[in-house]
Amino acid sequence: MKSTLFKKIKDNEMFKRIKISSLLKKIKNGSPKLLKKTKNEYLGRSVVTVFGFFIIILTLLITGFLIYKGIGTFVVQKHSIFEFLFSNKFAPQDIVGSTQKGQVGAAVFIAGSIIISLFALLIATPFAIAAAIFINEISPRLGKRFLQPAIEIFVGIPSVVYGWIGLSILVPFIANIFKLPYGFNVLSGAIVLSLMIFPTITSISVDAIRNVPIEYKEASYSLGSTRWQMIRRIQIRSALPGILTGVVLGLTRAFGEALAVAMVIGRREQFPKFNNGFLDGLLSATSTLTSKIASDMGNTVTGSEWNNALWSMALLLFIISFLFIILIRFLSRKGSRQKV
Amino acid sequence: MKDNSIKIYTENLNLFYGDCQALKNINIEIQENKATALIGPSGCGKSTFIKTLNRMNDLVPNVTITGDVYFDKLNVYKEYDIVELRKKIGMVFQKPNPFPMSNYDNVAYGPRIHGVKSKQKLDEIVEKSLRSAALWDEVKDRLKKNALGLSGGQQQRLCIARVLAVEPEVVLMDEPTSALDPLSTQKIEDLVDELKNKYTIIIVTHNMQQAARISDKAAFFLLGEIVEYDSTEKLFSVPTDKRTEDYITGRFG
Amino acid sequence: MNKIHKRAKIADKTATIILYITASFFILLLVVLTGYILFQGFRAVTPQLLGFSGDGIGIQLFNTIYLVLISLIISVPIGICAGIYMAEYSRPGRITNILRSSIETLSSLPSIVVGLFAFLILVEATHMQYNLLAGAGAVSILSIPLITRVTEDAIRGVPDSYREGSYGIGATKWQTIVKILIPSALPRIITGIILAAGRGFGEAAALIYTSGMSSDIDFSNWNPASITSPLNIFRPCDTLAVHIWALKAEGIASNSQQIADLSAAVLVILVFLFNLGSRFLGRFITKKNSI
Repeated sequence: MKSTLFKKIKDNEMFKRIKISSLLKKIKNGSPKLLKKTKNEYLGRSVVTVFGFFIIILTLLITGFLIYKGIGTFVVQKHSIFEFLFSNKFAPQDIVGSTQKGQVGAAVFIAGSIIISLFALLIATPFAIAAAIFINEISPRLGKRFLQPAIEIFVGIPSVVYGWIGLSILVPFIANIFKLPYGFNVLSGAIVLSLMIFPTITSISVDAIRNVPIEYKEASYSLGSTRWQMIRRIQIRSALPGILTGVVLGLTRAFGEALAVAMVIGRREQFPKFNNGFLDGLLSATSTLTSKIASDMGNTVTGSEWNNALWSMALLLFIISFLFIILIRFLSRKGSRQKV
Repeated sequence: MKDNSIKIYTENLNLFYGDCQALKNINIEIQENKATALIGPSGCGKSTFIKTLNRMNDLVPNVTITGDVYFDKLNVYKEYDIVELRKKIGMVFQKPNPFPMSNYDNVAYGPRIHGVKSKQKLDEIVEKSLRSAALWDEVKDRLKKNALGLSGGQQQRLCIARVLAVEPEVVLMDEPTSALDPLSTQKIEDLVDELKNKYTIIIVTHNMQQAARISDKAAFFLLGEIVEYDSTEKLFSVPTDKRTEDYITGRFG
Repeated sequence: MNKIHKRAKIADKTATIILYITASFFILLLVVLTGYILFQGFRAVTPQLLGFSGDGIGIQLFNTIYLVLISLIISVPIGICAGIYMAEYSRPGRITNILRSSIETLSSLPSIVVGLFAFLILVEATHMQYNLLAGAGAVSILSIPLITRVTEDAIRGVPDSYREGSYGIGATKWQTIVKILIPSALPRIITGIILAAGRGFGEAAALIYTSGMSSDIDFSNWNPASITSPLNIFRPCDTLAVHIWALKAEGIASNSQQIADLSAAVLVILVFLFNLGSRFLGRFITKKNSI
């Protein structure tokens, strides 16, 4: 194992570069034209390689710093991970070096993030699949000329604008319909989020459905199926791994969205009241990890319990996003294996 | 007697891909319960022709068809319901194309879309079809396994079983063995021989020996036209048209 | 049998109708939403609000463009070089896999997390106040994966025959890249850059704790060293997107609704123009190259 690692280092570009500088010195005593040409190639190559590695370093830095700040709650203030994840009492101290311990239960925010993301998925996914089917099968002409450009424009709208629209139109509307004093709740958040993740799921589903081999479609028709039977039973089924990838990607985005959600969710530190009934749950205000960080971070002092708790939440967000990526990779590998 | 046993006939059938004419004035009568082979060099319209019979050309854009096709005395393009048509005229493709599902689900697909829901009935149909396709013994212990795990020859027989499961009257075969090894080819040829007792078979093939072996009647296609159409024996031994003779003796194609 | 077929056909027709309705719904929704944004913005227009002082959002407009410009200055060289490396110099192996994972990770990070990281190393560690450069840094981190991917795809998309022709006359790999591959890939790369810019315009979560939520600039002062100069990159700087958030969070001013409406409209128009522009530019360059 050590020897292969050593071999890898020897084969590595950077190592070669170091050997080359000594080579350069030798060349310097030789032909100047040769030196110039060599410089031309190796200089460029080194530059791009360095930038390539910069990205790796950047990612490692981000990971490292997040971990460093994120574990402050557990190392400095000595809270337990269990409390952080499962307690719903969030009342940390905001003074640095305070000897009193507050509470850092983030369960409400975690639950809020999960619930609102799941509902957003539930709303967006059927529409996304429908749009993807429309673009591929029902009317490719109309789909390409109108629906796909429309979806692209949806993508371009900044998230704050979505939040602001939610605030201006959706929140009063929901308050009106359900006879509530305010319309800040899970439902509003889920609707706004679903609008934002709909394009993501759609575009990946479009590709997934388009990649279903035409032979399957032919076989289905030749057996006497209607178009809808073909779509439902064969196309969607074959495209499922791809569609699932799109769904998880949408989930990732929903989870990480901060400002749009913060504007319409109500930012009340309570679990959505699903124990009173489904509708009550939907219509309760709550809070998410991202919205909490966005609204609180500026009011905290570095090193205080409050500040550290927020950083721990940021670390949690990072970990969850990372897990989603792994899930997506796993799904896309599964999908490509099926196409034998 | 002769009139009653004609399953399909065409009248002045022409087909255009855009401006390019692929079928020229096809007039042919296909007899019931016989295997009819369509032979000829590649690209001469044989596959295109059989696709006009079950209206698979409807899926291709830019296709224009003039003339008529009659199935059981009804006009295929004007009087026959397309779903019903494709149920009665099944198709086996050149490259085996089982669905990415279990063997069972593949064969059960046809009956399911035509309304069969009872599990017992489906089990019966699946077994019957697989037996008719000479695949039951090889597959009965792995009905729930993915069909893509079968060999090429087995997949093709699965596709045949799939077609048989909807109880068609005609089975169209578009070069069904060209992608298979000789052993699988042999098995499928034997199958065709059995099947023609119950079904009407139209088989497109490049392989003249295959046509000579398994068909009762043969039509020679050249450049979109039918040059000669007769009993297989006669076509292969004493062809009327010189072009037929040239093709059969290998002078071209 | 016929009854079953009839039912299947009705299901087919119904599904088709529902799908048409869904598609129309979304197109309609888009029209209504954009219409609302633009209409509200139009209603809120006053010469004051469009100006560059006091309540005017001209300040934020300038900030938005300037910040994204600076971020592109950082992210474009890095992204293009990394893309070149991925396309031409990387060999299948562990390092390449790690690099690809890094790019994927970076592109899936929640923007608020990226903002916090940038805050950490560009604001807190340097003991500076909120500043434009930190914000530009955060936006760069978000743009780099996109530009890298676009560049890599674009270069990979250049036909091998170009490469062979170049090597055949004795050019080095680097010379081939600079003189042949990049020019051919340029339309797609530029389109990607403009797309990244469009995204940068709309970014807010990463900016609230890096470039801050306020600006104090004087447009008569163009000395980059001065703290009230618009050109100074070490000053706090709120963009249009951040402004909308700030107004909502602190909306005490009586006209905060109008300012927000106007900001949203201007922002959407800006992004829209850029997306449109990138399409036309791409088409234009392709046409020029193919003659």
